[in-house]
Amino acid sequence: METHAVYKHRWLPWILLLPTFVILLVFLYYPTLETFRLSLYRVAFLGLRKTFVGLANYRELLTNPTYHQVFLNTAVFSALVVFFSMAIGLFLSVLANQKIGGRRFYRLLLIWPYALSPAVAGAIFLFLFNPQAGIVNYFLQAFFKVQPDWLGQPTLAVGVLVAAAVWKNVGYNVVFYIAGLQNLPGDVLEAALIDGATPWQRFWKVTFPLLSPMTFFLFVMNTIYAFFDTFPFVDLLTQGGPNGATNILIFSIYRDGFRFLKTGVAAAESVVLFVGVVLLTILQFRLGERRVHYGG
Amino acid sequence: MRYRKFLPRILVHALLLISVALVAAPVVFAFIFSTQTPAEIFRYPPQFTIGSALRENYSIVWNQYHLGLYMKNSLYISVAVTIGKTIVSFLAALALVYFRFPLKGWVFTFILLTLMMPTEIMIVALFELVTGLGWSNSYAALIVPFLASATGTFLFRQQFQQIPVSLVDAARIDGAGPLRFAWSILLPMSFNVVAAMGVIQFVYMWNQYLWPLVIIRDSSKQVIQVGLRMLTSGQDATNWGIVTAGAIVALLPALVVFFLLQEQFSRGFALAEEK
Repeated sequence: METHAVYKHRWLPWILLLPTFVILLVFLYYPTLETFRLSLYRVAFLGLRKTFVGLANYRELLTNPTYHQVFLNTAVFSALVVFFSMAIGLFLSVLANQKIGGRRFYRLLLIWPYALSPAVAGAIFLFLFNPQAGIVNYFLQAFFKVQPDWLGQPTLAVGVLVAAAVWKNVGYNVVFYIAGLQNLPGDVLEAALIDGATPWQRFWKVTFPLLSPMTFFLFVMNTIYAFFDTFPFVDLLTQGGPNGATNILIFSIYRDGFRFLKTGVAAAESVVLFVGVVLLTILQFRLGERRVHYGG
Repeated sequence: MRYRKFLPRILVHALLLISVALVAAPVVFAFIFSTQTPAEIFRYPPQFTIGSALRENYSIVWNQYHLGLYMKNSLYISVAVTIGKTIVSFLAALALVYFRFPLKGWVFTFILLTLMMPTEIMIVALFELVTGLGWSNSYAALIVPFLASATGTFLFRQQFQQIPVSLVDAARIDGAGPLRFAWSILLPMSFNVVAAMGVIQFVYMWNQYLWPLVIIRDSSKQVIQVGLRMLTSGQDATNWGIVTAGAIVALLPALVVFFLLQEQFSRGFALAEEK
């Protein structure tokens, strides 16, 4: 690696790195540290008056039932989004990786929603699940004689959000799982075949364990997606409602920070989310290294 | 060696066709209803055919709801960030790979750590900072904070490391300095990465939502994704033809980029995973 570094110059490398340094320092490091600092303050009058309050904002997060619900919502919502995105993604990948004609065609038509934005997906699902005009209720009425009020009921509203978030993100998992399936060592699969393993056993005892590094990578990426990129779904579809059932952390940060003007609390929530991301990243690096040895 | 079929071939095709249809259904329905008047949408049973308001709905979202303007704004910031970030990342990777200099390990770590700092996490502090700079309601607020990233730098770094060392050795023996080497050899050899990164960055910026929502108050500077929000929260919320027409307009550019450049897309993914 170091063998590439043939040039030596006192200041040129620093000049080349300067733009990156400045941007990362000013727009990433500084705001991150500032978030930690703000989480210890109560901010009033649009940021003009700041009072040091120590850990009061964190105490608020720990004691106020509203925030207990936010944490619980975030955990349940993220778990559902991650599980269904990956399970459906894996299922479709196995299908699209069978030795059949038109594989490229199928693959392309399975992954394209990934290019759409969460806002577009959110707007479309808002229409599909509208109780009166929405097409979902038309079909439900026609076949089952029910017309649920999707966004008015807590459980159903979570369901719609999960469906929208999963629909948009399945394609990402399909891209990676297909790549993973195509890179599996053929000899191991052949050995399992000769040993008389059924297709079902072959998949769960051989293919799935061999895919575990990919599964883990996707677990991290999907969790990050569920934490951050799902904001537009909540904002467009439910605004956190009904009764706070869909108020997840990223939406709560936005609402506290920019609508309720509780900057300090919003910053404390951000710190909690940041800790989550750091833990995920550490996990990724730990297991990421091991995976190199797996692959041989 | 013949694999026993996991499933009969016809069943695989059937399942795949159903899946493909389910994946496409939301957008197909959205398009159909984007061509209908409110009366056509609310009739029972609904008609799954092109309605009579195709031109009207699209012209309303484009002109009356200013989606044309928002598209232009989105295009502007997406292109600016894509070009800017490519240049900034290229230069940083050039320093990291081809130069010997002190504290290199620290520089590397400094860049690496920013992978854990998505904009959304620090949105409150970033808002105060950018407002303090007097950049609220400006394109600068949507462009400058995104001009550098660990991802971009590491994509180029990885590409450079795969280029044989003999090339740079030869260049140096011929008396080419680092900048000349970068321009005449490195850049032409990195077009793959430039294209892959360009596609990913463009779509990433095009899809930005939360940051423009909080920092841009002047609607003439707003981006397309937030413009979509105005369709759903406006008084015309019940005119679903307008909402769906807006969604179709907003999804077209990213989708066109995706279908035209799907190879770069996949390659960008693959690179992003290796980093």
